Amino acid sequence: MRYLPLSDTDRSEMLARIGVKNVDELFADVPKNLLLKEPVDLPRRKGELEVERILSRMSSRNVTASSVPFFVGAGAYKHHVPATVDHLIQRSEFLTSYTPYQPEIAQGTLQYLFEFQTQVAALTGMEVANASMYDGSTGTGEAVLMAHRVTKRRKAVLSGGLHPHYAEVVRTLSDMASDAVVTMKPDVAGNEDILSQIDDETSCVVVQSPDVFGNLRDLRPIAEKAHKHGALLIAVFTEVVSLGLVASPGSQGADIVVGEGQSIGNALNFGGPYVGLFATQSKFIRQMPGRLCGETVDADGNRGFVLTLSTREQHIRRDKATSNICTNSGLCALAFTIHMTLLGEAGLKRLARVNHANAIKLADLLAGVKGVEVLNKSFFNEFTVKLSKPAAEVVEALARKGVLAGVPVSRLLPGADLENLLLVASTEVNTDDDRAAFVAALKEVL
Amino acid sequence: MLNRQGRPTAAGEAGTQAHPTFTGNKALAQIEPLLFEIGRHDTTGVDIDEPEAFTPRLGGLERKEAIGLPGLSEPETMRHYVRLSQMNYGIDTGLFPLGSCTMKHNARLNERMARLPGFSDVHPLQPVSTVQGALELMSELGRYLMTLTNMKAVALSPKAGAHGELCGMMAIKAAIEAKGEGKTRNVVLVPDSAHGTNPATAALIGFVVKPVPARDDGSVHVEDVKKLLGPDVAAIMLTNPNTCGLFEPQVVEIAKAIHDVGAYFYCDGANFNAIVGKAKPGDLGVDAMHINLHKTFSTPHGGGGPGSGPVVLSERLAPFAPVPFVRAGKNGFELVEQASDTDEKPFGRMTAFHGQMGMYVRALSYMLSHGSDGMKQASEDAVLNANYIRAGLSDLMSLPFGNKPCMHEVLFDDAWLKDTGVTTLDIAKAMIDEGYHPMTMYFPLVVHGAMLIEPTESESKASLDLFIATLRDLAMAAKTGNDKERFTGAPHHAPRRRLDETRAARNPILKWTPPSPVAEAAE
Repeated sequence: MRYLPLSDTDRSEMLARIGVKNVDELFADVPKNLLLKEPVDLPRRKGELEVERILSRMSSRNVTASSVPFFVGAGAYKHHVPATVDHLIQRSEFLTSYTPYQPEIAQGTLQYLFEFQTQVAALTGMEVANASMYDGSTGTGEAVLMAHRVTKRRKAVLSGGLHPHYAEVVRTLSDMASDAVVTMKPDVAGNEDILSQIDDETSCVVVQSPDVFGNLRDLRPIAEKAHKHGALLIAVFTEVVSLGLVASPGSQGADIVVGEGQSIGNALNFGGPYVGLFATQSKFIRQMPGRLCGETVDADGNRGFVLTLSTREQHIRRDKATSNICTNSGLCALAFTIHMTLLGEAGLKRLARVNHANAIKLADLLAGVKGVEVLNKSFFNEFTVKLSKPAAEVVEALARKGVLAGVPVSRLLPGADLENLLLVASTEVNTDDDRAAFVAALKEVL
Repeated sequence: MLNRQGRPTAAGEAGTQAHPTFTGNKALAQIEPLLFEIGRHDTTGVDIDEPEAFTPRLGGLERKEAIGLPGLSEPETMRHYVRLSQMNYGIDTGLFPLGSCTMKHNARLNERMARLPGFSDVHPLQPVSTVQGALELMSELGRYLMTLTNMKAVALSPKAGAHGELCGMMAIKAAIEAKGEGKTRNVVLVPDSAHGTNPATAALIGFVVKPVPARDDGSVHVEDVKKLLGPDVAAIMLTNPNTCGLFEPQVVEIAKAIHDVGAYFYCDGANFNAIVGKAKPGDLGVDAMHINLHKTFSTPHGGGGPGSGPVVLSERLAPFAPVPFVRAGKNGFELVEQASDTDEKPFGRMTAFHGQMGMYVRALSYMLSHGSDGMKQASEDAVLNANYIRAGLSDLMSLPFGNKPCMHEVLFDDAWLKDTGVTTLDIAKAMIDEGYHPMTMYFPLVVHGAMLIEPTESESKASLDLFIATLRDLAMAAKTGNDKERFTGAPHHAPRRRLDETRAARNPILKWTPPSPVAEAAE
């Protein structure tokens, strides 16, 4: 077996040195009747070529985003990732290292985490950011728990524009912890009356912008009302590129900002791994979940970085920890920070403008198709259209014509009577030809 | 005139003192400033054309302020991160015996497979008809995991080990509530030797954590568990093999005692790598167990993630598995994303999409490569390697539970360092100077000054021999006390000397801030 260096001779010599006759003597504590005599009922070992054949066959049964006009979003977005990113994250010293528990030989990881935290804080307009979460949805769940710790209250109000899967993650966690959750009705137009839901028992209000239907939300009045009642505003985003063009949540009064960072540096990966971004104000750092990297000096006085404030964490605090998180999303955070470094302020803003411009072009083209109504007054790179037929059927029909058109709202919100609504995203990868193909196919289907 | 002599080829004069360099660099050891000290706000390493003029439709919420993000050109970016990488230790650098973390070889075939466009370039919400191969892969991975564990169901979506624990404990809570016992069963038993994630997870969803003491032999005894059992007990969270590197000898009896009072057995599967192909957790009476794909099935740790923590479930818990999950239908694979799409009773949802697909591909690639025979052999070699280290060091270092066989990792305490003035931390830092990543230190908490060594099956005999010889040299030097500075001052040769963690925590600096003009003027 190519991954196992020991030869049978090695094994015999080592068993003799240990003083046992065979390897099963080392498994003596396993009940004898339960120790397997034969390999389990699975195929035997395979060479590289054979594994490649099997997995390539499975891979070929999927329609890839790059191979078709592609407009699917709703929380994960197709963007171009520079070749440099994937090369760098595969460097052995990044790929095969562990959580930097021994900082003297992990300064590479620690320095990029420190840089990542600085970038995320700047993007979100907040004072501090952590070293990443699993993804945006689990980060949102953690943000709600954090708000409960800060306010010592246990009721969260979720906007009807929050991604339904994010809302479900929060509800699952809250139900299990016996915390209260108020979920607003799906808010297609982005004009729900969330202010009236905020009272003196509210721990936090969770508002996504751009919301799941694509609307941009003015967070300022919500922050104001929340703060008046001693509650926190948790601002969520699923498309981080939007922050290049839209006022930061921090500048609008958010107390915790959490979002999905996949768009920068990370592939679609059928849903994971992604990278959760999490930022807040300095006064809350001791209530934050997740890893934090901090600056310090070494014994010679040289600048260096370490994981810090670990007294919040499970390996020290056990059942009193701020979160049970151990692993984060290190390598995805690295991909994010490399891509963001390549973009820089100038590149990110231009990328955001291209995304917005492409979405505007697409919205105008679709609005001209009979049986299509664009519902959004505002949007960044994703918007909602109302079709004359159920969106799920239309999407299937378009897929057969080689266009991946978007996400039917009914897939996220079944039974909400929104069958004819379709979420459509457009990023820098879409060309005029893509848009033309979409419009032509849609005309045939409707 | 031609220089017929050419350049000198002799080695030059030895013995001269190294001169401090102008740059502060030391040849390949380069000092790398922070991105914010070298980047520029108008520089970009990505060529994108400005779009044609457009009227924004941002609802008046345009960003007006600068962001504060410096950029680098592509060559500068490459150099910045390559230099950072050179300050890191990875499995590919050398022996990485970090106990309980399983730093085994990361095969690059798995990386190549995860990057096949059919897996990496598909969206989680594409029509199901366009992702049949991706669903097949998830289904196949699930089949492998269930076969290896003899369990009835699997929830793939948890994003990491601790997330898997949360998923398993939520399934248990849902099952208890379904029986109408939600109000009364709220105690979870957790041995003192458990990973910190176990009590943190149980507390997170409202359980009361009660510790179970470990016996002097490092194991949990069924009689100690029975003393704590009652109608209020929801579950036990037991790590097996445990964090002392031992297979719990009474695990079957403990499972039975737990089941007899109507509670559930959560097994922390962090150490499953010791018994893959040797024993099946389902045969031991386990109701739920997470599997760290990044440990047992070698998806790379990546400097702290991403991980992946699928949870296998017993028949009693299977109906409560969260959405989404894959099922075989008449027209191919189906994806159940809503509770309303199934007759089962999913307790909810762990994450926005379907989990860590990229890790699923790598793990399945690992399993296909090893096969049933290779996975069994890998477990045996991992255990053999750990015991070989034990045999090589047992006369010099102290084993808290006696010199008896261990599983995939061997646990020493610091009794052998008594009166030497050298601590576990010092030994760890001295190992860095010798070119090794240290073992896990000060964990598990049940042992004083713990040193937990897990070599994994990826090490050759020659590598282990050198490692043992090195630790013997360190142990003898520590005991003679002649060269204490070798330990207390270590590391001497790493990119940094020992770092001041107290200072970092007392005055947290968590991001770069521009130097203030006053301070600059003063310099």
